Amino acid sequence: MTHALFLPHARLDDLIRQVQSAGYRVIGPKLEAGVIHYAELNVAAELPWGWQAEQTPGRYRLHRSQQTLAFAWAAPAQGLKPWFFAPVEPLWRLRRTPDGFGLEPCLPDAKPIAVLGARACDLAAVARQDRILEHDPHYQARRQDALFIALHCTHPAASCFCTSAGTGPRASRFDLGLTELDTGFVLEVGSPRGGKLIEPLALAGATADQIQAAQTAVAAAAAQQTRRLPAGDLAGRLAACIDHPRWDAVAQRCLACGNCTQACPTCFCHARRETASADGQSAEHSRHWDSCFGELHGHLAGFQVRPQTAQRYRQWLTHKLGNWWAQFGASGCVGCGRCLTWCPAGIDLTEEVAAVLGEAPCGR
Amino acid sequence: MRPLIELPAPARIVERLQETETIFTLRLKLEDAALAAHYRFAPGQFNMLYLPGVGEAPISIAADPRAGLIDHTIRMVGSVTRALAQLPAGAVIGLRGPFGRGWPMPAAEGRDLIIITGGLGCAPSVSAVHAVLAQRARYGRVVLLEGVRHCRDLALKSRFAEWLDHPDLDVQLAVCETNPCADWPWHTGNVLTLMDAMELKPERSLAFLCGPEGMMQAAAEKLVQRGVQAGDIYLSLERNMQCALGLCGHCQLGPHFVCRAGPVFDYATIGPLLGKRGV
Repeated sequence: MTHALFLPHARLDDLIRQVQSAGYRVIGPKLEAGVIHYAELNVAAELPWGWQAEQTPGRYRLHRSQQTLAFAWAAPAQGLKPWFFAPVEPLWRLRRTPDGFGLEPCLPDAKPIAVLGARACDLAAVARQDRILEHDPHYQARRQDALFIALHCTHPAASCFCTSAGTGPRASRFDLGLTELDTGFVLEVGSPRGGKLIEPLALAGATADQIQAAQTAVAAAAAQQTRRLPAGDLAGRLAACIDHPRWDAVAQRCLACGNCTQACPTCFCHARRETASADGQSAEHSRHWDSCFGELHGHLAGFQVRPQTAQRYRQWLTHKLGNWWAQFGASGCVGCGRCLTWCPAGIDLTEEVAAVLGEAPCGR
Repeated sequence: MRPLIELPAPARIVERLQETETIFTLRLKLEDAALAAHYRFAPGQFNMLYLPGVGEAPISIAADPRAGLIDHTIRMVGSVTRALAQLPAGAVIGLRGPFGRGWPMPAAEGRDLIIITGGLGCAPSVSAVHAVLAQRARYGRVVLLEGVRHCRDLALKSRFAEWLDHPDLDVQLAVCETNPCADWPWHTGNVLTLMDAMELKPERSLAFLCGPEGMMQAAAEKLVQRGVQAGDIYLSLERNMQCALGLCGHCQLGPHFVCRAGPVFDYATIGPLLGKRGV
């Protein structure tokens, strides 16, 4: 944080206007339908000022806080995934012609987005998905020009474990980085594009005390986390544990509802669907988020690859924490804690992986 | 979106053959001349066939590489293949591909090639046999063992008829059922029983296996017992493939996306993941 500026709370609207005038749609956290989630935002007053979120396995509750901060809560209910990797994406439209058919490719055509208050865990998840969907034209159409105003986290929830996942609470890649203090934000420039954007605001430099306070708050957020993942590439250790009795034990509690996969900011499984018009003259081919907990995920004509919930939970966890390394050179988990918050049975991934890997390695 | 990769290209059914009661072959030609001119596939690769209004299905390519037409031998099992079965010659469907890693033909050069297939598993092997016959001198002995459950299940009869008489191929057919049809002159018993009498020089041999997973695993184990290296045994796997691009996640087997890293894997790599329920 060599050259930091200070953005008073009262000038947040100036930053938003600046981003809007640069041609972006601004996405930021908003309190809607009982949760804080990323949504389109026009003015700073729409931020969840004075709210805190309690997140534990199977539980999410909002509380009024004494402080009037905008970001005194942790991960929003959903990550940034739906903004780039759409829950439903039309791929092509078909129209029959006298001698066959014609296909019209569907590509998103929307203004680029700027995310205000992107959490470290969510930015890490975007980086994971960038790797997976590197050549996907639909993802790239939404993703390529996106701008990120990161929010270094100072208020982790009990469900958070970004420190052990190595992704937070401080964000590592951003155009602008904010750390919230009582009266405003310490602001860092993370890219030339970000620097250019705030130039007209003519912000004063942050004082040494402000910079110190920001660093202390982020360090405290790291220290506060109690949940953790075992370190490193877990692929080999988990592969040795495929017969562990814990898989059956967790399946007694798991509803196979797939909430964890829908709340996960990195899960990328999707199914493809063809929808034909009633007259058969046109059709649309789309993809939509799928879940490895669903009945059709491992379905083949003739057999079901994973008929049991225990096998599906094992697939999810061993893929996320293990096989992801071989596929994409990183873990599929960023430590946001959403899978445990949004699990109706309160299953805690960190607890399950600890139980499976246990004290001694499997199969010895 | 790139045609043949993300976007299906129209392909006309030039010919339709009924192989058995439930198996049929579609001989396709890409409508776009430029795409057709550049279309190349390797034996063992697959295409996604698209039936407008119904959806896509992954089907292995069973064509003769010399012919310029793309053959798919298909069994009616799901919604797409059942609907495809209704189409007459002249109809137009969509095609994306080719996808995946096929049989390691260069590795087979100078070696004896043992192909063991079960049921319609013979379809992905057809293009390998054609590749061998196109440059026969490059390969050693070529053995093809095909097993079917019932004699009426034997697909590609005309090709087998041709290959059974071929001086450069050693082809044997087996039927599992104990009372085969009256006109079944070949072996009765599981295809694996044909392996017992098979002459084999393990260090010279490379094996291609395609069929039900249990059958492939049993055949691979038999070959290993007879001294063939696990890395010289190749299996063509089947999984739920929806995008064929390694993105949709359904075809995962351990760390592998079967559609992209496979469908053909060597037994040393994939053997440890087979036969484990739910992996």
